[in-house]
Amino acid sequence: MDEARAPYLKVENVTKKFGDFTAIKDICLEVFESEFVCFLGPSGCGKTTLLRAIAGLDIQTSGRIEQAGRDISNLPPTERDFGIVFQSYALFPNLTVFKNVAYGLENRKTSKADITARVNELLQLVGMPDQGPKYPAQLSGGEQQRVALARALATSPGLLLLDEPLSALDAKVRLRLRHEIKELQHKLGVTTIMVTHDQEEALTMADRIVVMNKGVIDQVGTPLEIYRRPASPFVADFIGAMNFLSAVAGGDGTVRIHGMELSAIEGADGLDEGAAVTLCLRPEDIVTRGVESGAPNAFEATVADLEFLGSFYRASLTAKGVENTRFQADFSVNLVRDLGIEAGKSLTVAFPADRIRVFAGT
Amino acid sequence: MTDGPQALVIEAPLVKPKVGREDWVMRAGLAVIGVYLLVAVVFPLYTILSKSFQDSRGLFVGLDNYAEYFATPALFYSINNSLTISVVSMVITVGLAFGYAYGLTRSCMPGKGVFKAIALIPILAPSLLPAISLRYLFGAQGMIKGLLMGETIYGPIGIVIGEVFWTFPHALLIIFTALSLSDARLYEAAEALGASKLRTFFTVTLPGAKYGLISACFVVFTLVITDFGVPKVIGGGYNVLAVDIYKQVVGQQNFQMGAVVGLVLLAPALLAFVADRMIQGKQVALLSARAVPYEPRPDRRFDLAMLAFCGTVAFIIIGILGVAQFAALVKFWPYNLSLALDSYQFDLMDGGSWGAFWNSLKLAAWTAVIGTAVIFTGAYLVEKSKGFERGRGLIQLMCMIPLAVPGIVLGLAYIFFFNAVGNPLGFIYHTLIILVLCTVTHFYTVSHLTAVTALKQMDAEFEAVSSSLKVPFYRTFIRVTVPVCMPAILDISIYLFVNAMTTVSAVIFLYSADTQLASVAVLNMDDAGDTAPAAAMGMMIVYTSATVRLLHFLLTRGIARRTQAWRKR
Ligand SMILES: Nc1ncnc2c1ncn2[C@@H]1O[C@H](COP(=O)(O)OP(=O)(O)OP(=O)(O)O)[C@@H](O)[C@H]1O
Ligand SMILES: [Mg+2]
Repeated sequence: MDEARAPYLKVENVTKKFGDFTAIKDICLEVFESEFVCFLGPSGCGKTTLLRAIAGLDIQTSGRIEQAGRDISNLPPTERDFGIVFQSYALFPNLTVFKNVAYGLENRKTSKADITARVNELLQLVGMPDQGPKYPAQLSGGEQQRVALARALATSPGLLLLDEPLSALDAKVRLRLRHEIKELQHKLGVTTIMVTHDQEEALTMADRIVVMNKGVIDQVGTPLEIYRRPASPFVADFIGAMNFLSAVAGGDGTVRIHGMELSAIEGADGLDEGAAVTLCLRPEDIVTRGVESGAPNAFEATVADLEFLGSFYRASLTAKGVENTRFQADFSVNLVRDLGIEAGKSLTVAFPADRIRVFAGT
Repeated sequence: MTDGPQALVIEAPLVKPKVGREDWVMRAGLAVIGVYLLVAVVFPLYTILSKSFQDSRGLFVGLDNYAEYFATPALFYSINNSLTISVVSMVITVGLAFGYAYGLTRSCMPGKGVFKAIALIPILAPSLLPAISLRYLFGAQGMIKGLLMGETIYGPIGIVIGEVFWTFPHALLIIFTALSLSDARLYEAAEALGASKLRTFFTVTLPGAKYGLISACFVVFTLVITDFGVPKVIGGGYNVLAVDIYKQVVGQQNFQMGAVVGLVLLAPALLAFVADRMIQGKQVALLSARAVPYEPRPDRRFDLAMLAFCGTVAFIIIGILGVAQFAALVKFWPYNLSLALDSYQFDLMDGGSWGAFWNSLKLAAWTAVIGTAVIFTGAYLVEKSKGFERGRGLIQLMCMIPLAVPGIVLGLAYIFFFNAVGNPLGFIYHTLIILVLCTVTHFYTVSHLTAVTALKQMDAEFEAVSSSLKVPFYRTFIRVTVPVCMPAILDISIYLFVNAMTTVSAVIFLYSADTQLASVAVLNMDDAGDTAPAAAMGMMIVYTSATVRLLHFLLTRGIARRTQAWRKR
């Protein structure tokens, strides 16, 4: 991101309470023009609440929101500039697809011919050029979602808000629409915020991901940053598969795990010697091919269990001599075949230092 | 965890949402509904309450009126009488309706559609009509008075028979729905476990219909205890609360005592209402599971038995109506049985006129149009508006009150409130306007609940979407909400129309010489001894309601056909 640019949307210290319950707390966030941002988090963490505050549908209890340099904190939705798509699509059932898309245009002083041209253009854009005369009930879920998207984009809003737009669809359609939405967003350059609790969706679609937990933001970053360098155990756990191992800080960026010393670890620098820590490492980052015993962070392990997951194997391993510590490693099908890996076999594996994350506490 | 001095909590300044133009429109709409309910429900009820504590000159006398009431046996015996006939009618009606609904849902008897249609006919008649028929059947010169074995029809027996006839369809509809909702899988399970038919009935059917039965009991109880038509015509010397109010007010001009009796009558009605609400609240959770509808299998003996039962009930219903029609066409019962239209010369009768019939049509039409518009819009605003929580809660509460208020109490309250010196709305007294207002209010709650149910089925985000598209909510209301809810809207309007045609209790105090109504004419002609014309007018009401119902049916079917492209299923 070009940090010099002024943000298009600025959320400052936004808090929303429902009675005594604080749904989101002190949220600060900046979204840049043409960016695709995903709010990601478990159910009930406040994603929808934040989105609806941005839309003005449920105005925040306190805090400021600025869009395109304009303070919109207390404005009703009609005085803001956004298009929105809901999980339920909320298409008007008694209006045709054409009328649904034209709905927001008819209220402006646009001529009939212009409206028709614009609607046809939008239907073309979402890949449904000939479906105008149909009613929503006659469309599949995926098609309904496209119409909802076309309707939200019809008035060329500056901000597109999507609340779990894909979660009511079956897996295949979801995959296809992911691409289509992303492509469309790229083509139109409209600033977009999408709410999802599906990490894969967020990782594949977003320019930046906002990971939320219990009403606060845990981390903001590109998908790669979030995946590679999770800022908290929560983020580490929520996104992708992760091994969590209890260990003890050894000073000088090392940690000890059952007498074994692992070195050059990010995050372990500032820790007092002897402090309890949690060590995080993704299964796919554990290496075994070409690892000699005696190499940095390498040790002997036994395969306790091997599970075939289609495109790879997930192995449950125990380090030699410390049988009660289990961790998982992903091995490619090739690797398993080449090295003849099977349950009971011993391997030399290594924890690459640059892939290990350490968090204080257990 | 900080060990330092207690953290200073600085509250961030609260955001005060800007109130946009649309919010003002919405608030104004809510305010209008709120004021309507205050004027039409709360203020009149307050007036009747305060009247019960005043003497005839309007001075506060505390509980004196109540003391007098309970010191007058002729008055307070009515409480016992009212409760007795209500409970007896309730037991009989719910029992019969259950049997009838059981036949309709659990047997393979022929003609179910016809049987259901026949059972619903009494809804189209004013409660006075069955009572008039009973006179012809069991009165001094009754056709089959021997069946009573010397007992008189004028009294509890007549009241109970009349009430059972009149409340039967209400109970049937509720129990029919409850039985239709039952889950076939439970029956399959019972069969697989080898349960006998009888055991299945007691372990599956009855528990499944429990809430429906309870609800039907409350509805029938309330209808009977608040009904005025049947006991007025056939009650003889057997006093009940609803008629007492009428006698106090119209006969003795003792308005204070009328108010006291009204409040006494309000108590059981209110109690039944609250109890029913509480029980229905529980039911919601039970019905959420997806059930497989039960399909009965033919069973010759059982089907024949059910056919015989339903046939008998249907025969009685048709018979009672037929007698009324017959009485209306006979020259002079029982001496001259040749047919003539003399009884339809309403203009020649004491207390009746064709004008009354046209007034009733006018009242029904206005009630249907204005009532539907007000009630549906009100329900929409209460359901879909945002903020203003407390005000909306209050409005919702006020919407529920009319169901608990007996029509005759509401009517009396309207006299007190609108006829009061200095009420700026006094000009509507004695006009059609007050009749429309009173009738809409009397039937407000059921209509409101129908509207709310329909609105709850709409996507909750329609308003959000339209505001994001900068389309004002009222445009979406007209273009989307109303068309989608059209079946419910038609249901509300027909409900209001038929009730406005048949109601007596709410309007009995409010009509004037210019605004005579058909149902009131039935009462007055009967009072004046013109029983045959009263029956004729009663049947006119039935035919009118039936015609409108038929139109409604055709219209609904037409709409369903035209909109099936976008309505799922
Ligand atoms: N109108 C409301 N009144 C009271 N509490 C609410 C209201 N709306 C949301 N909440 C609460 O606020 C919290 C956050 O809700 P929100 O809908 O934002 O979650 P979410 O992250 O969108 O979850 P999901 O993934 O399930 O949609 C939840 O605990 C919810 O119960
Ligand atoms: Mg949500």
